[in-house]
Amino acid sequence: MFPFLRKQADAQAASKGNQPAVLFKTAIRIRSRASHNATEGVPWIWVCAGALVTILLLIAALFGVIISQATSALWPHSVVRIQQDQQTVIGVAMRQEEGTDPQTNERQMRRLVYQANRDFGINEFTFIPSAKLAGAERPASLWFVERREWGPFIGRIQTADPATAIDIDEKTVSNLVNEAAMRAAELRKIEKGPLADLNASMEEIRLDKKKIERLLETGKISEDDAAAKHAELDKQLTESLKSHAFLTEKVQQLRSVDEAIKVTLLAPNGQSKTIPASQIMRAYQPNSINIIQRMGLFFGRLWSFVSEEPREANTEGGVFPALFGTVAMTILMTLFVLPVGVMTAVYMREIAKQGFLVSLVRIAVNNLAGVPSIVYGVFGVGFFCYSVGATIDQLFFQDKLPNPTFGTGGVLWASLTLALLTVPVVIVSTEEALTAVPRSLREASYGCGATRMQTLWNIVLPKAMPGVMTGLILAMARAVGEVAPLLMTGVVKLAPALPVDTHFPFIHLERSFMHLGFHIYDLGFQSRSTELSRPMVFASTSLLVAIVLFLNFIAIKIRSELRKRFEGRGAF
Amino acid sequence: MLSPADLPPSFLHPECRAKPAQISIQDFNLWYGKSQALFNINLPILQHEITSFIGPSGCGKSTLLRSINRLNDLIDNVTVGGDIRMGERSVYERHLDVTSLRKRIGMVFQKSNPFPMSIYENICYPLRISGINQRSTLDEAVETSLRSAALWEEVKDRLKRSALDLSGGQQQRLCIARAIAGNPEVLLMDEPCSALDPISTAKIEELILEMRGRFTVVIVTHSMAQASRVSDLTAFFYLGRLIEAGPTQRLFENADCKATQDYISGRFG
Ligand SMILES: Nc1ncnc2c1ncn2[C@@H]1O[C@H](COP(=O)(O)OP(=O)(O)OP(=O)(O)O)[C@@H](O)[C@H]1O
Ligand SMILES: [Mg+2]
Repeated sequence: MFPFLRKQADAQAASKGNQPAVLFKTAIRIRSRASHNATEGVPWIWVCAGALVTILLLIAALFGVIISQATSALWPHSVVRIQQDQQTVIGVAMRQEEGTDPQTNERQMRRLVYQANRDFGINEFTFIPSAKLAGAERPASLWFVERREWGPFIGRIQTADPATAIDIDEKTVSNLVNEAAMRAAELRKIEKGPLADLNASMEEIRLDKKKIERLLETGKISEDDAAAKHAELDKQLTESLKSHAFLTEKVQQLRSVDEAIKVTLLAPNGQSKTIPASQIMRAYQPNSINIIQRMGLFFGRLWSFVSEEPREANTEGGVFPALFGTVAMTILMTLFVLPVGVMTAVYMREIAKQGFLVSLVRIAVNNLAGVPSIVYGVFGVGFFCYSVGATIDQLFFQDKLPNPTFGTGGVLWASLTLALLTVPVVIVSTEEALTAVPRSLREASYGCGATRMQTLWNIVLPKAMPGVMTGLILAMARAVGEVAPLLMTGVVKLAPALPVDTHFPFIHLERSFMHLGFHIYDLGFQSRSTELSRPMVFASTSLLVAIVLFLNFIAIKIRSELRKRFEGRGAF
Repeated sequence: MLSPADLPPSFLHPECRAKPAQISIQDFNLWYGKSQALFNINLPILQHEITSFIGPSGCGKSTLLRSINRLNDLIDNVTVGGDIRMGERSVYERHLDVTSLRKRIGMVFQKSNPFPMSIYENICYPLRISGINQRSTLDEAVETSLRSAALWEEVKDRLKRSALDLSGGQQQRLCIARAIAGNPEVLLMDEPCSALDPISTAKIEELILEMRGRFTVVIVTHSMAQASRVSDLTAFFYLGRLIEAGPTQRLFENADCKATQDYISGRFG
């Protein structure tokens, strides 16, 4: 009632170090707010607050599940050994569920155990009663081996000669694995570097020869010219073939070295298998490592997950191509949607005469945002791939026909389709931002003698930029999550190459690509075993969420910079 | 109160014709859609003198001011009749380049409206849009106009900072500096001090007085004291009509029309 007096009393109390006075102050603040609310319908406030809390809890639960599952998928769990009906179960304990015991027909809690060793005649998954897990052994000598083929292995690693086989110690294993990794890197360097270059140039020579044939047929060059050019190309070809043979020879050599270094894997059921050491990607003894090593392994696997290519029909290895494809496609889409959306909005709001027609267009644009995304996919494949793309092929890539270049799905068409899908969002928010630019600013600019375009470019657009960014953020968020239209316009399960490489013209927008959204669907519903691919599903989902958050974060950062610049300090 | 019918014809003191007019408003009428806002205005605005427009709210002062640099073009549905001439040519000539007209006329608005740019770029704006990008020219223009606007000392160390960080009074002086940066012949000011404290107001008034003899200034004001302090000539408007125009002192001490007397002495408005 007398804020001035209260302040004074508080000041006095505070100078004496009086605790209750502070409490008194808070009490008054709360009461004054409550008394304000009392007249305004407390139940409604509770309902609204309840809705908010529910939403927050749901979001927290969603993130909690995704992140905990993903962490568990990459975490190096320890391996248990359990005796069950004359059988030894060795593996990683996974989820718990209620099931029926096949013998006693009783309901009981049971644990799923992942035994790996797919190629050793062992069931990958088996159930054990949960109660048994408490007394499980954790033998320190067991290895968990991630292999290039056949999935993980759990068991012992021995020297290659079966007659004198003895266990290899940990140091030797890690040396073997490291050396194999170095050889693999060297091999990859040759295969992806000079060998790939050679293949590309040989393909070019083939196309050039085809082109000469075509020119000869249409009579654009003479027979002599054609023959001369053919001879020239043939010479190049023989040279290429020679270096090709040389490189393949070198690759073969490296391979044979690789093959010679072998180890034997001894599974718990007594079966063994001798494989080249290079088949082992990572090996560790999960029961004898400490927490630091475990963390190290975790981050190593995390890095492999985001940086490596997938293996074994995508159920293992990394998701780098999908990650790259998702980001590249989104950025490409942004590059298309921003200028087109902004220019459309500028025309509609600033240039066109406001009237019936513009209102009609505006309504149409708003409705466009509500069209199901699959419709855009159908349009994309019909218009972009089969009309525009096919025409481009006819005009510029005739020599490659009947193999389509642009006439099929590709990252360019996919991002254009998504740009089309998200352009209404950008248009609507840009229009709103333009409307919100104060009239006084425009008048100031015109008053200085600026033309309409100068005013638009120097004053109105910069001022509207934060609002445009909001639209772009919404558009990106929608685009990253869309899968349906991509299925038709260029996403594949396994892309042979990234859309960016070291071969001219470096950016290959016609190539098909991988996308995390589709990757998740493919893993979850199209793979050999859902149980097996489940961890990958969650890990990929977390990555997709992380990408969305990261792209949004960047856009929000840019927006707040723009705001700071155009709205002065402290005005948010 | 007077009704339109009782209004006498506008009374122009002979001093209004004593010098060559920079801008002459002739039989000017203006309609917003169907409603007429200005009726038959005849008023010469003398070169290098300071003219103030006074009158009650809604009488059309801003409208007339904005007609001079054709800022009303931005509003839909505005029609005009009569003519405003600047020098030899009509402002409403058919093929006139409006932007070059506006470059010759600086304008300061009631609410300060600095651009969301640095102080430096704000002042440069009129030059840059004319294609002047030479660093030395810009630097010089920035300094001279900020000095004329009595702002140089306060901002010379932070020319690259956002203009929006300035105080209200500083922002208004910045807008004045921007208005004179392009070296216009005429400066139109629409209630430039209405949102300012007495000290900023005093500074701006001083500034206007300094401009006497260099610019032709038209200032709209609601403060009788301000009009009497700064202006050489005063025009009184009422209900869209010009009632009386003449030397400020004469109007304030001994106006010819009763309406003017009443308004100035605060009996209505
Ligand atoms: N954009 C507009 N559309 C329609 N009518 C308008 C518009 N702007 C002004 N008017 C009308 O024109 C008349 C004159 O307005 P104007 O703004 O010129 O008054 P003023 O003398 O500047 O008033 P004030 O002292 O309050 O600023 C008013 O009746 C106003 O309602
Ligand atoms: Mg006004």
